[in-house]
Amino acid sequence: MSRYVLTRIASTALVLVGVSVLTFFIAHVVPADPVLAALGQHAREDQIQAYRHAYGLDQPVLVQYVQYMRRLAGGDLGLSIRTRRPVAYDLAEFLPATVELGSTAWLIALALGIPAGILSAIYKDRLADHLVRIAALAGAAMPVFWLGLLLLGSLYYRLHWLPGPGRLDLSIVPPPPRTGVLLIDSLLAADGPAFANALRHLVLPGLTLGLFSTAVIARMTRSAMLEVLNQEYIRTARAKGLTRLRVIMHHALRNAMIPTLTVIGISFGNLLSGAVLTETVFAWPGLGRYATASAVSLDFPAVMGVTLVVAVFYTLANLVVDLLYARVDPRIRYE
Amino acid sequence: MSEPSVAPVRPRPLRWRTFGRNPLVVLGTAIVLVFAVAALAAPLLAIRSPLAQLLDERLTPPGAGSPLGLDQLGRDIFSRLLFGARISLLVGLVVVALAGVVGTLVGVIAGFAGGWADHVLMRITDVFFAFPSLILAMAIAAALGPSLTHAMVAIAAVTWPVYARLSRAQTLVLNRLEFLDAARAMGAPDLRIVLRHILPNALAPLVVQASFNMGEAILIAAGLSFIGFGAQPPTPEWGVMVSEGRDYITTQWWVPTFPGLAILLAVTGFNLLGDGIRDVLDPRLRRPV
Repeated sequence: MSRYVLTRIASTALVLVGVSVLTFFIAHVVPADPVLAALGQHAREDQIQAYRHAYGLDQPVLVQYVQYMRRLAGGDLGLSIRTRRPVAYDLAEFLPATVELGSTAWLIALALGIPAGILSAIYKDRLADHLVRIAALAGAAMPVFWLGLLLLGSLYYRLHWLPGPGRLDLSIVPPPPRTGVLLIDSLLAADGPAFANALRHLVLPGLTLGLFSTAVIARMTRSAMLEVLNQEYIRTARAKGLTRLRVIMHHALRNAMIPTLTVIGISFGNLLSGAVLTETVFAWPGLGRYATASAVSLDFPAVMGVTLVVAVFYTLANLVVDLLYARVDPRIRYE
Repeated sequence: MSEPSVAPVRPRPLRWRTFGRNPLVVLGTAIVLVFAVAALAAPLLAIRSPLAQLLDERLTPPGAGSPLGLDQLGRDIFSRLLFGARISLLVGLVVVALAGVVGTLVGVIAGFAGGWADHVLMRITDVFFAFPSLILAMAIAAALGPSLTHAMVAIAAVTWPVYARLSRAQTLVLNRLEFLDAARAMGAPDLRIVLRHILPNALAPLVVQASFNMGEAILIAAGLSFIGFGAQPPTPEWGVMVSEGRDYITTQWWVPTFPGLAILLAVTGFNLLGDGIRDVLDPRLRRPV
């Protein structure tokens, strides 16, 4: 393994330790009193003392952190105050819905963003370019929750083209849960109607969540393509007599995808942030909705569990993208 | 004897003409100006108090007397949007001030001091980058308790790292230049070098970031308010207005539609303005709009 890969993995490990410190700090140090948050305003003194002792809150902060890390190492994220279940169980239950929605949005963003960026660069300053740029501008400034509301209001309530909130129609019997991802579960159960229904339910929230990333990817692809198209080797390829399409697809696009790759990594973060709002609007039973519901009821173990897990996912996704990046572009070295 | 000094390097001439040449940038500036005027003159332009309820006329559609209609409590949506502009611009300015000062300070110290201080500060910055912004902001806002002030603190807490990275990179570049060696040779203290030579020359990308950060702050604040962790009803905040009006999307579309449109326009304005300022301050940073 090269030095770059090792350094990158080591720094990721360091960041993950930092992530645990920050989450711990927010949950244990910032709130005026996590005990009152858990027990409510009217708790008796002996109840408060018992709770403090049970959760080790009467210990010094450093000791609390060590205990917290020890529990984390065993996969213990604490007990949810709201659902009274281990947070890790809750997360495992709500994660598949978010993975399903997030992957759909991500695929939509790639499928729309990359071709739009390429078209925009090829037809620079023509109608197609202007349309893509305006759409990308609006996409980057769009309040996700409002877009979701507009799509629901028009395509579901008014036109009935697509199904409304939730993952399945009430009339559809959910396939036996194996992965929790409905598309996969319905395929495993060879249940065509459930698959089709789940797919239709994914369209509106997928578009809503994917729009921001589509805009960012389109912008990045466009500028990377424009930069590459001006290079000498592209002129050489054209001069050799290769067709325009071949030059664009074989010579330009490959190099233009290098900077786009980083944006694709960053878009994971946008998707996870956007999921909080999208899931709220579409009553989607995923991590985002779990996080908001927990935060509203001041369920700190749950909120911090989601925050931590999401940060770990995001950090690892960025690590993978960076390593891919170094593989695709041999010029990348760690400074 | 007066203190020896080196004249600060003058930033390269600004290209204001490029600013006026891009129609989208002009549009962005116009949008920002309209919202600024709306915010400043809200009490003069408003038809009624943003909290006044005409219960007999609730959900009146847009028309004469109420250009954008009345909401579910009979409040004038146009007037509420004007006062909402005040809140959104205030959120943007406070976040930019907090995040900009903290981030720039961290970045300049890291770049100037180098060594372990640089390492520690940049690893802390990395940790903040490890969280998707809205999720960390929500966790902080929930921990502090739901209010607009806490939302602003939370948004600043998730947006300062960008300023830190930018100002560190600028400081590293400037620190290697000869005019700083000259200033040092003449005995200028570190603080003077940072304040007179590094900061003014590092400002360009920070100003551009500030404009993007305004839009970002408005967007995150609206999102936080929508899920209940920012401004609280009956505050005429745009995110709150969309949230309160969401049940009327099919029957009285104007109630949630106009506040959302205001968010979209304001954020677009600041994004375009950021593009324009970047072209003026540093054409090398230009990216396609």
